[in-house]
Amino acid sequence: MRSLTYAEAIREALKEEMENDNRVFVMGEDVGKFGGCFGVTGNLWELFGEERVRDTPISETAIIGASVGAAATGMRPVPEIMFADFLTVCMDQLVNQAAKIRYMFGGKAKIPMTVRVPVGAGLSAAAQHSQSLEAWFTHVPGLKVVMPSTPSDAKGLLKAAIRDDNPTMFFEHKILYSIKGEIPDDLDIIPLGKADIKREGKDVTVVATSLMVYKALEAAEQLEKEGISVEVVDPRTLFPLDEDTILESVKKTHKAVIVHEACVRGGFGGEIAAVITEKAFDYLDAPIKRVGALNVPIPFNGKLENYVIPGTEDIIKAVKAVTE
Amino acid sequence: MELSKEQLIEMYKKMVQIRKFEERVVKLFADGKIPGFVHLYIGEEAIAVGACSAIEPKDYITSTHRGHGHLIAKGGKIDLMMAEILGKATGYCKGKGGSMHIADVDLGILGANGIVGGGFTIAAGAGLSAKMRGTDQVTLCFFGDGASNQTTFHEGINMASIWNLPVVFICENNQYGISLHQSRHQRVADVSDRAVAYGIPGVTVDGNDVVAVYEAVNEAVKRARNGEGPTLIECKTYRHRGHFEGDPVVYRSENEFNEWLKKDPIPRFEEKLTEMGVLSKKEVDEINEWAVKIIDEAVEFALNSPEPELESAVRDVYTDIIEEVRK
Repeated sequence: MRSLTYAEAIREALKEEMENDNRVFVMGEDVGKFGGCFGVTGNLWELFGEERVRDTPISETAIIGASVGAAATGMRPVPEIMFADFLTVCMDQLVNQAAKIRYMFGGKAKIPMTVRVPVGAGLSAAAQHSQSLEAWFTHVPGLKVVMPSTPSDAKGLLKAAIRDDNPTMFFEHKILYSIKGEIPDDLDIIPLGKADIKREGKDVTVVATSLMVYKALEAAEQLEKEGISVEVVDPRTLFPLDEDTILESVKKTHKAVIVHEACVRGGFGGEIAAVITEKAFDYLDAPIKRVGALNVPIPFNGKLENYVIPGTEDIIKAVKAVTE
Repeated sequence: MELSKEQLIEMYKKMVQIRKFEERVVKLFADGKIPGFVHLYIGEEAIAVGACSAIEPKDYITSTHRGHGHLIAKGGKIDLMMAEILGKATGYCKGKGGSMHIADVDLGILGANGIVGGGFTIAAGAGLSAKMRGTDQVTLCFFGDGASNQTTFHEGINMASIWNLPVVFICENNQYGISLHQSRHQRVADVSDRAVAYGIPGVTVDGNDVVAVYEAVNEAVKRARNGEGPTLIECKTYRHRGHFEGDPVVYRSENEFNEWLKKDPIPRFEEKLTEMGVLSKKEVDEINEWAVKIIDEAVEFALNSPEPELESAVRDVYTDIIEEVRK
């Protein structure tokens, strides 16, 4: 078993898929010789050349629009949008074009495109470089949404996304890029739509995504000492969502806390809470709790930023609230 | 390249086919047979036909909300188009797309598009794909004067120009962005002037002269196939109908309309062909009758086609997931 960082694992997935299939190519701002804003594409430019690791102008609209055109005509582009916040610039291409072309054309086209996007706060990057906007894309039929937390999940899920024939949003947390994790020797693809139980427990289910998985595990560790056994479920993909794994866990623990870094209002936690309420209401012993960022833009000052985004203490508080 | 007699006749037939198709849509819409919005191409036929006559079946086009003409010119099947416009299960998109989203990817038609300016970057992507796959396929990107003010115009043409992509950007300048006259939506008189900003050739042609359009596009297609990059071609034209069917067209004068009617591309081409001896008056009549007959058959096919089954609504969103039906 090898150990890789999250960024290295993503790069390895890209490399392997580009080796496997010459239709796969990467494009985005500074992904070439520069190696990517967060160094994720790294040396791919040296390995595959500037045709397949393609630097683009600062034109998010063209990056996604051209990816859609290339995907519709036989390529498998993996565009990178430098920050999730910049997805706002290319929303038409994602929402009106990529997501809907297959449907509008009566099923006679496919858009095999994987959009890689760094999300999240924690770098004092302020309100336009720190957002977690994944929930928006789950609201658009036609897109798949992936949000891995560990290096091995990132690698296996990215390989699956690239091989998938549908447009897929792949959200990578900036803070996780440097985190290390073990990569099983036999890791191939991890199918989209399969949650992973990151820690087993019996008293309360914590459904957490991306960086929040680690905070939930920290919380679980501390709560264990107080005699509260926490099960941490990482959905890994938000659509398709593995409802069964979440529901089975809730049916076992009878309590649920949902954690994401995005602000609570309109966040994906609301959707998960609704699924649990609709399908496992009778199993619940306490109201569901949602933990997320305060409903404000991400502030610049590090102390303010930390205050706004959810932390381990917030999760502990929420778990205690539902277990009391 | 000199156009052969057969090519000229083929071009005339396509123009007539588009005109008759659109005239029938006017009637069907007025009769309440067509749901939603339709944007008609009457008056602009020379552009789609001239341009698509300069490319091959393997090549691509991106179209617009005013797309019926492009589709017919690129070989789209009239019966499947009519069925789609009527929302039927047999239509191009199984009744899920309608007039604004007809596509036939197998014919290289990458779709009409309901978003003004939606085609620029998709066309650049098709051009990139052709280049990376090592084919000599060219993409024609049709758009209007109104779309030339969208950000996609800049980003798509810029990308195509820096990467020397085989794309021909064809502006159908019909003078109006919906109700707003060109003089009120941009400072330049010729959209082709903007080519300078991308370091690519820009030309303006009479968009109501099918041969002039053909010649300009043919030249640009040759450049594109030779790896010399994109061209911006502006075709000056005029739509005879409103922006959409039902548009009261309060924004243009009768005088202006009548002046443009005199430049109607179809009678002009007809006159030219009869003068050249390519077509006799009798042959012209026969072509017009043939076109009407084909439309009659398409309409009959469409009207007799079934509505889509309700549960078909949940299919074709993904390649591998069928959404839940209403319970």
